[in-house]
Amino acid sequence: MSAMIYLDNAATTRPSAAVIKAMTAVMEEGFHNPSSLYAPGVAARKKLEACRDLIAGRLSAKEVLFTSGGTEADNLAILGLLQHRKRSGRVLYSAVEHSAVAAACQSLKDRYDVQQMSVDENGILSLEAAEKLMTADTVMVCVMQVNNETGAIQPIQELIRIRNANCPEAHLHVDGVQGFLHLDTCLQDGINSYALSAHKFHGPKGVGALALGGNVRLQPLLYGGKQENSLRAGTENTYGILGMMAAVLDVPVDASAMRRLKIRFVDAVLSSIPEAQVNGPDPNASDACDHIVNLSFPPVQAQTMMHALEAEGVLVSQGSACSSRKKASSATLKAMGLAQARMDSALRFSFSRFTTQDEVDQAAAACARVYKALRPFTRR
Amino acid sequence: MTRFLLVKYAEVHLKGQNRPYFQRLLLRNIRQAVAPHGGEAVFHDSRIFVTDYSDENACIDSIRKVFGVHAVSPAIQMGKEDFNAIAQQAADMMGDEQGSFKVVARRADKRFFLESPEICAKIGAHVLKNNPQLTVDVRQPDHILNVEIRDNALLYTKSFPAVGGLPTGSAGKAMLLLSGGIDSPVAGFRIAKRGVQLSAVYYHSFPYTGEAVKEKIIALARLLSAYCGTIKLHVVPFTEIQQAIHEKCPEDFTTLIMRRNMMRIADMIARQEKALALITGESIGQVASQTLEALACTDAVVSRPVFRPLIGMDKLEIIREAEAIGTYETSCLPYEDCCTVFTPRHPVTHPKLKQAEFAERPLIEDDGLDHMIERAIQGTETLLIEPKP
Repeated sequence: MSAMIYLDNAATTRPSAAVIKAMTAVMEEGFHNPSSLYAPGVAARKKLEACRDLIAGRLSAKEVLFTSGGTEADNLAILGLLQHRKRSGRVLYSAVEHSAVAAACQSLKDRYDVQQMSVDENGILSLEAAEKLMTADTVMVCVMQVNNETGAIQPIQELIRIRNANCPEAHLHVDGVQGFLHLDTCLQDGINSYALSAHKFHGPKGVGALALGGNVRLQPLLYGGKQENSLRAGTENTYGILGMMAAVLDVPVDASAMRRLKIRFVDAVLSSIPEAQVNGPDPNASDACDHIVNLSFPPVQAQTMMHALEAEGVLVSQGSACSSRKKASSATLKAMGLAQARMDSALRFSFSRFTTQDEVDQAAAACARVYKALRPFTRR
Repeated sequence: MTRFLLVKYAEVHLKGQNRPYFQRLLLRNIRQAVAPHGGEAVFHDSRIFVTDYSDENACIDSIRKVFGVHAVSPAIQMGKEDFNAIAQQAADMMGDEQGSFKVVARRADKRFFLESPEICAKIGAHVLKNNPQLTVDVRQPDHILNVEIRDNALLYTKSFPAVGGLPTGSAGKAMLLLSGGIDSPVAGFRIAKRGVQLSAVYYHSFPYTGEAVKEKIIALARLLSAYCGTIKLHVVPFTEIQQAIHEKCPEDFTTLIMRRNMMRIADMIARQEKALALITGESIGQVASQTLEALACTDAVVSRPVFRPLIGMDKLEIIREAEAIGTYETSCLPYEDCCTVFTPRHPVTHPKLKQAEFAERPLIEDDGLDHMIERAIQGTETLLIEPKP
């Protein structure tokens, strides 16, 4: 499998050597419970706090809570704030949110006025629509930093301005799972909470964090011990957390190489396959992230193309999921108002800092080969 | 006193001179089913007894899936010399029950000092005396307490119904066309229930269907194998034929021609496998390829009988049966049919055989189809699917 060209880094990333080394070391030497009072326990606690400080520093956060990953961090922010609140109000989330956010918000719809904020044809939040929805009784606004399917960067700063003007009390939760370490983020600008997940940046799975911008009165989702300021009971996942710390330290500051590769790939695909289309922002534009691009290859079905690319040694993922009888298109692509044929043929390509120019060129060539082979066998 | 499982069979009793043959197969299949639980099965006194199992409930579940078994009862075996002890044991067994009961006695040992009605009366009285919460109802009792006097005394109250049918292996082998949908596993189950050993064939169209679909088919075959034992699954690469049909044949006939070629290949593999029939999950009128005319067109290419046990069933009935045998959930996993590429918009519903043969002609030219079928059969991957331990 090592010969495979892996272009599905938005799904998960390969743990870096530094991460594996750090985790092996802590399993062999520093396995002690950070709540223990003897010296090795205290040492484990210190390392844990160092990771907390590191992440807090990167985000200018007031507080960082370790979680089991992005989904738990999103749930902790949304449900932890609203589930036990007495007063009702409006909850807003963008139409392209990950289901961790969308489903958590929807679970509150019996008690809150839960509304979706629409996006434009590039998947970028419509600020006018958002402004109209942000009434004074809005208690929470959720928006993702970078879309996991299209790579669109959301206008968080503008959203903060609108929030401050219309509903300054509303909590702004940002799902930063695809954005953390790719974009500079400062919670002090007005972000109240921010979710991240280690396995998206070459760290281990099963660990993530919720960073808080200021004092947020959360209720825990899990009850038990007093870990994480009593907000997340359970012995801390020290292996995961120290793996995450190694991953943060290991990320190079300059991601321009990744962006160049992405653009090179898109250019190669578009020039060899005239029918191919980019879904989401122009890959060269400033609102397109460095590592994700979504392309449609009508009329070839996405799943067929994906399997054919797999046979050529290129691993990518579908922009839309399939169900057995009806085709359930991706909510994100649907919210962007794409035509059915374009949604049915959408594939996501996502890059990492380990992706090479050679791999990108081979993948683009494979796309052209596979498309040419499959193009004749489409529904007449 | 020992606790064991009493396995009852029904239709095998109706067999005449070859009853021992069926009983042997049934015993073999029960032995295989209980082996993972450490159980031993023996044939004794025209009953099958299962002993020495580790987990009774799991063992019962396994036996209930063995074709040929009518019901399973956890039972107590004890000496028949002390009648008072038998009566006390009966009273203890009914201790946790509520409602009405009756005693059914069977005196196989005619030398026993009490006749069946006396056994019922005496044990019934003792049970009632010890369990005042119970009442007697000989017509529609909530519980039946069975007492059998054979070499020993047997007592049992609960009876768990099993699948029925005839022992697997007693009726030859057939080839199931397994698609991954809801119907074909049910069709396979119905035929296997009559003692038929199953082999299966699945047509894999990579990249139109992916590895996940293949895994789903394997999972379905594994669920079936819990009933009928090991299944030989043939995975046939079908992409080349499918693409050629798409390229060369008129669109409205493509599904029909695809079905004809699936049947052709299944028939050939069945010949190699010495399978005597083909099984499909078709039901009249469910889709265009399952009208009477279309079925006639697909039957025309095979030499073996094609069994369609679901032919007169409604979809909802099939779904209910799939749920009952435990294949429904797996069948509904969302991998299949993702690709509509090869489905014509308006398939023929009332094809004539002549038309189908004409439509297929471009495929056959220059022995093209023969070569493609040969390649498909050569490329077939054969997997042995065993029941989940």
